[in-house]
Amino acid sequence: MTTPLLSLSGVHTHVGRYHILHGVDLVVPVGGVTMLLGRNGAGKTSTLRTIMGLWRASAGSVTLAGEDVTQAATPAIARSGLAYVPENMGIFADLTVRENLVLAARSGEIDADRLKWVFGLFPALEKFFSLAAGALSGGQKQMLAIARAIIEPRRLYLVDEPTKGLAPAIVANMIAAFRELKASGATILLVEQNFAAARALGDTVAVMDDGRIVHAGAMAELADDAELQHRLLGLSLAKHQ
Amino acid sequence: MIDFKQIDWVPPGLIVGMALIALPLVGDPAAWLTLTVAALAMGMMIFVMSSGLTLVFGLMDVINFGHGVFISIGAYVALLVFVPLAAWGAADSLTLNLALVGLAILVSMTATGALGYAFEQVVIRPVYGQHLKQILITTGGLIVVEQLIHALWGANPIPLRLPETLRGSFLIGDAAVERFRVFAIVLGLAVFAAMYIGLNRTRIGLLIRAGVENREMVEALGYDIRKIFIGVFVAGSALAGLGGVLWALYRQILVASMGMEMMVLIFIAIIIGGLGSVGGCFAGSILLALLANYTGFLVPKLALVSNILLMLAILVWRPQGLYPVARR
Repeated sequence: MTTPLLSLSGVHTHVGRYHILHGVDLVVPVGGVTMLLGRNGAGKTSTLRTIMGLWRASAGSVTLAGEDVTQAATPAIARSGLAYVPENMGIFADLTVRENLVLAARSGEIDADRLKWVFGLFPALEKFFSLAAGALSGGQKQMLAIARAIIEPRRLYLVDEPTKGLAPAIVANMIAAFRELKASGATILLVEQNFAAARALGDTVAVMDDGRIVHAGAMAELADDAELQHRLLGLSLAKHQ
Repeated sequence: MIDFKQIDWVPPGLIVGMALIALPLVGDPAAWLTLTVAALAMGMMIFVMSSGLTLVFGLMDVINFGHGVFISIGAYVALLVFVPLAAWGAADSLTLNLALVGLAILVSMTATGALGYAFEQVVIRPVYGQHLKQILITTGGLIVVEQLIHALWGANPIPLRLPETLRGSFLIGDAAVERFRVFAIVLGLAVFAAMYIGLNRTRIGLLIRAGVENREMVEALGYDIRKIFIGVFVAGSALAGLGGVLWALYRQILVASMGMEMMVLIFIAIIIGGLGSVGGCFAGSILLALLANYTGFLVPKLALVSNILLMLAILVWRPQGLYPVARR
């Protein structure tokens, strides 16, 4: 069996006096999209923040390609090859689109071919390249957040609810972009509430509830089992198509 | 290239508008010019002293009540240059005079930068994210360093003579414009230009601007915000030292509390400018000084509260300051 790219074992996280994660076990294989699903407050965002070291795990371990990064600082985790798109997008509103992307390029220079590829995924960014990011629409900001994560190849992309609050046309654009990223061989851990988007993109899935993983398996299996969806997520796929 | 279309021109318009409105109210163009130049010089000094503090607050939410002591230290350390090289200052040579001031600035900035590094490591580091403790411990640090000044230089005020060619005035028509004030304006503009270029045209500047907005995201991109902050704290302390030299030359008398006395004006300047905004701090400092001078001339009693009134008016109009920094 190949070593998973990322694995969490019995991870507990406390934020202040609140116990948020209660022993999360999660495996992200190399290549493809792993969906992290669950109701609001299930612990999905907390899991991503713990992986990034933004909240420190109080117990358990986080391993990246066999290396223990549980107690590593956020910058070191990022430099080990993780790209992170937070739920609030984390756009630098006072900086231009170009400056937002330049910051994500470790060498300080954006690779011209990669930029062209990103513009192909999100043409609006080329149009507003020199504009302050704060002037972009919500959908364009989300495009920028994702573009910033993928402006250089990374080992693992952590993306938190990229379709949240977006118009259907933009959601379709996002799904197409993630498909192309996936086709390039990337590994993505994607938190999503939009089940249609999850079904369209996911290879494997983990479902969270109350700070734990309560189901893990193939996405196709969950997508085909309405009863399982209802039990785990409180929804019926048919209603979301 | 600077994209002028993306600049908010309202605050600069406010500065020009205030000066133009004051012209007919003052009546005498010579008096108006003298008042305006004096205010611009004062504004530049406030800006130099406060620009580091606004970045320190913007980047790490650190409230440093001890900032004023770097101004005093800057002024006193300059004595180490001004006293032994007094002959350079007494010479009627612009080159020698500027070399003296330049050397004093260099030594003061080095000393206050080094003190800033020690202050960050010993005083600030243990209280990240704890505003109340920051206020208490930085005030404590301020008292300790101020007493150190008394111990090293004595408690009596120390006179400082302006270098010869910076003394006196230029006569423009009927208006007398003090030479030192012109020097302070030129130096303040140079500092602003250097900061503007540094923040907008360099990678470290880009990181500082990004960190002021959202430091967590800067870390998630792989940058150690702590190291950036230490650099900014050191630079901010060095700038306070530069401000201290200018303030000492302006007052021509040194007391240990001279930096502390500026802290109210400095806090007002960074609040009305928008916490974390260097451009806002620049505009705020000039507005503050202009209003103080015009009201001091026109309605002297109002001058006592003009700073507070200006702050109130601006915060009612723009609650986040003249140039609000987008915060996560």
